[in-house]
Amino acid sequence: MYLYDQYDQAMVDARVEEFRDQARRRLEGRLTEDQFKPLRLMNGLYLQLHAYMLRVAIPYGTLNSRQMHALADIADKYDRGYGHFTTRQNIQYNWIKLEQAADLLADLAKVEMHAIQTSGNCIRNISSDHFAGAAADELVDPRPYAELLRQWSSFHPEFSYLPRKFKIAVIASDTDRAAMRLHDIGIQIVEQGGELGAAFYVGGGMGRTPMIAPCIKDFVPLDRLVTYAEAVLRVYNRYGRRDNKYKARIKILVHEMGKDAFTEAVDEEFARMLDEGIEPPFAELERIRTFFTDPAFEAGASEEIDRTDPDFALWVDRNTVAHKAAGYVSAVISLKPVGGIPGDATSEQMRVMADLAREYSFDELRVMHTQNVVLPHVRKADLHALWTALDGAGMGSPNLDTIEDIIACPGLDYCSLANARSIPVAQKISERFAASGKTEALGQLKLKISGCINACGHHHAGHIGILGVDRKGVENYQLLLGGSEAEDVSLAKITGPGFDEAGIVDAVETAADVYLRERQDDERFLDTYRRIGMTPFKEALYG
Amino acid sequence: MDDLATENDRLIRYREDDPVDHAAVTVDSFLDQTAASAVRVEPGDDARELIPHLERLALVEVNFPAFGDGRGYSSARLLREAGYEGELRAVGDVLVDQVAYMRRCGFDAFDPDAPLNEQDLEAALTRWPEVYQSAADARTPIWSKRHA
Amino acid sequence: MRILTGNDLKSGSVTWWTGQDWSLHVEDAVDVTGSEDEIARREEAARRVNAPYAIDAERHEGRPRPSHIKDRIRALGPTVRPDLTLKPTETDIGTWVI
Repeated sequence: MYLYDQYDQAMVDARVEEFRDQARRRLEGRLTEDQFKPLRLMNGLYLQLHAYMLRVAIPYGTLNSRQMHALADIADKYDRGYGHFTTRQNIQYNWIKLEQAADLLADLAKVEMHAIQTSGNCIRNISSDHFAGAAADELVDPRPYAELLRQWSSFHPEFSYLPRKFKIAVIASDTDRAAMRLHDIGIQIVEQGGELGAAFYVGGGMGRTPMIAPCIKDFVPLDRLVTYAEAVLRVYNRYGRRDNKYKARIKILVHEMGKDAFTEAVDEEFARMLDEGIEPPFAELERIRTFFTDPAFEAGASEEIDRTDPDFALWVDRNTVAHKAAGYVSAVISLKPVGGIPGDATSEQMRVMADLAREYSFDELRVMHTQNVVLPHVRKADLHALWTALDGAGMGSPNLDTIEDIIACPGLDYCSLANARSIPVAQKISERFAASGKTEALGQLKLKISGCINACGHHHAGHIGILGVDRKGVENYQLLLGGSEAEDVSLAKITGPGFDEAGIVDAVETAADVYLRERQDDERFLDTYRRIGMTPFKEALYG
Repeated sequence: MDDLATENDRLIRYREDDPVDHAAVTVDSFLDQTAASAVRVEPGDDARELIPHLERLALVEVNFPAFGDGRGYSSARLLREAGYEGELRAVGDVLVDQVAYMRRCGFDAFDPDAPLNEQDLEAALTRWPEVYQSAADARTPIWSKRHA
Repeated sequence: MRILTGNDLKSGSVTWWTGQDWSLHVEDAVDVTGSEDEIARREEAARRVNAPYAIDAERHEGRPRPSHIKDRIRALGPTVRPDLTLKPTETDIGTWVI
């Protein structure tokens, strides 16, 4: 994985001291809250429902055991012994004190981490495929391109006061595990005529006005990647709407201009920029690539897995994923225990994950946008020992991509923007299905819950989505069906009138039962919905 | 005269030449009249309209009515990219925590609504040991140093 | 009644205006109807509070209880982590929130 050189370290260290100075000026009253707010946000510090919240960047979701240990230590030293893994592969802490925030950032910098641009109207942390470098189906490892863009976007002098936040995802396989087309820019590394290049999808997003990004350029040569991104950002910075924050994302600009006119504007800007020396030399990309070479996989590692323990066998079937190296898998650590808080991990659990990564996965971990953690490179022969350790730490739930593997935003329990609680709904649904035993029969069923229209819980992209709303001061939940964040991307549709908390749990079960009744062959819930449409579900829900 | 004196107190310039001694006109006025050598670009203006007339410009003021509106950063940088070498002055709601990025985008003068604290300004402009990107200033990006 | 809330600038803790000072406990809040803006301005200027605002509340067993669920969760803590709330030992506190 990428390691800082003296330049990267100097930049992160400088940022810590800059923020220390800014926080001091705020505490002295020399900055107003209005002036300080964008500065703290660009360092990941929110003022949330209960306290300051700090979001730490985990670039493209990759971290090593030392970094995971540091995250655990921070949870104990500055917070209340836990953290929350987010849908953009980051981690956030809920109980941070402003007067300690700079010290926390300094601790992060010691392990080559930071909270830079994890909030604010700037280019956010770049996300990527959580199986990058391990997936059997990838063209190349997408992370070098993500790292190149991370450096380009960090402290960008022109694009730090954009109309709104700006999120970029990079993938390099036809299977989309990063919700690429629901980002402001989604990049897919592709091959044309033996050359690698980048397909640019621009103007996707969830939130109030969900949109799927159209492809505006199917092949940008890799030695123009940064320049093309710069051109997209300049068009957005100049012409993105600033009169209404709900219409300020680039998706609205692309939609209002039309894809062709937008692409033309980007191409014009790009043509002007080509001589400006914006693009790092190809040698820089080559340098970054050397950090993402394969670990020393054991040749001839055994393909055998002893499946005598049925609980273990179930976990293997559900939570391990094909790897490009023979005898290896990627193993998913579930942060979705039945009845638990999706994405939360205690400091102890973080340490367990870190130690297991060091022992069994070449010291590497990945955070998934589904709020789980991956050990990307595990020998099949080590799986039983790994599972035993995970199970002992409450992280052995065999539920990847099942209805118990729920994405949920923090909701009204933590978030000042939320209208309804998300976590209790997730808890009750996972308990309901675990108790009924239907989880297995339902197979892949991605359920995603947001506590408000900002859609941090990706409800638009759920096979089943739930959106919490405020109905005259009472929590109410809308049900959505038919979304997908993957390569078969689609936006979910609302079924009809909303439900109260107990009602939404029943409604999810009703929808699941329609699927079980109607499905053909090995259809997933999503496939059945796409074939039979909304009507049978509506009849069952409201009929 | 009082107004000018006040303005001069706040004005910070990183140029050797003398400041332009007359007020800046709007982009529309500037395009209509040939006499003016100072223009003020508002966030919604297309700074590219000035490009055919750069040789008669000595001062471009880029107005920031609110510090969070970042269009002026692009206006500044594209004028520098087009070869403008005259004074580029950020005016309005310009805060000390923004001047480092503004310098990188090509601004070489600041006329903020509220005076900037001298120590804070010095700290802000000397803060960054390196830069990751090529921009409108003369700084060498990290990637260039890595492959020198 | 109207009560005034904000966050402590240094710690971020949720605080409530008691008439003289800021308390962590909503039960200590006083009615500020009519003077909320003036108090908020003065206290924020003195940096005794950050981002203050007034909310509606009712009297409940003689003590203020915020009218909206969001403010009740804010006053107590996350409903899904009773151990982290201001009243970790009061098992029936959920009925006060919901």
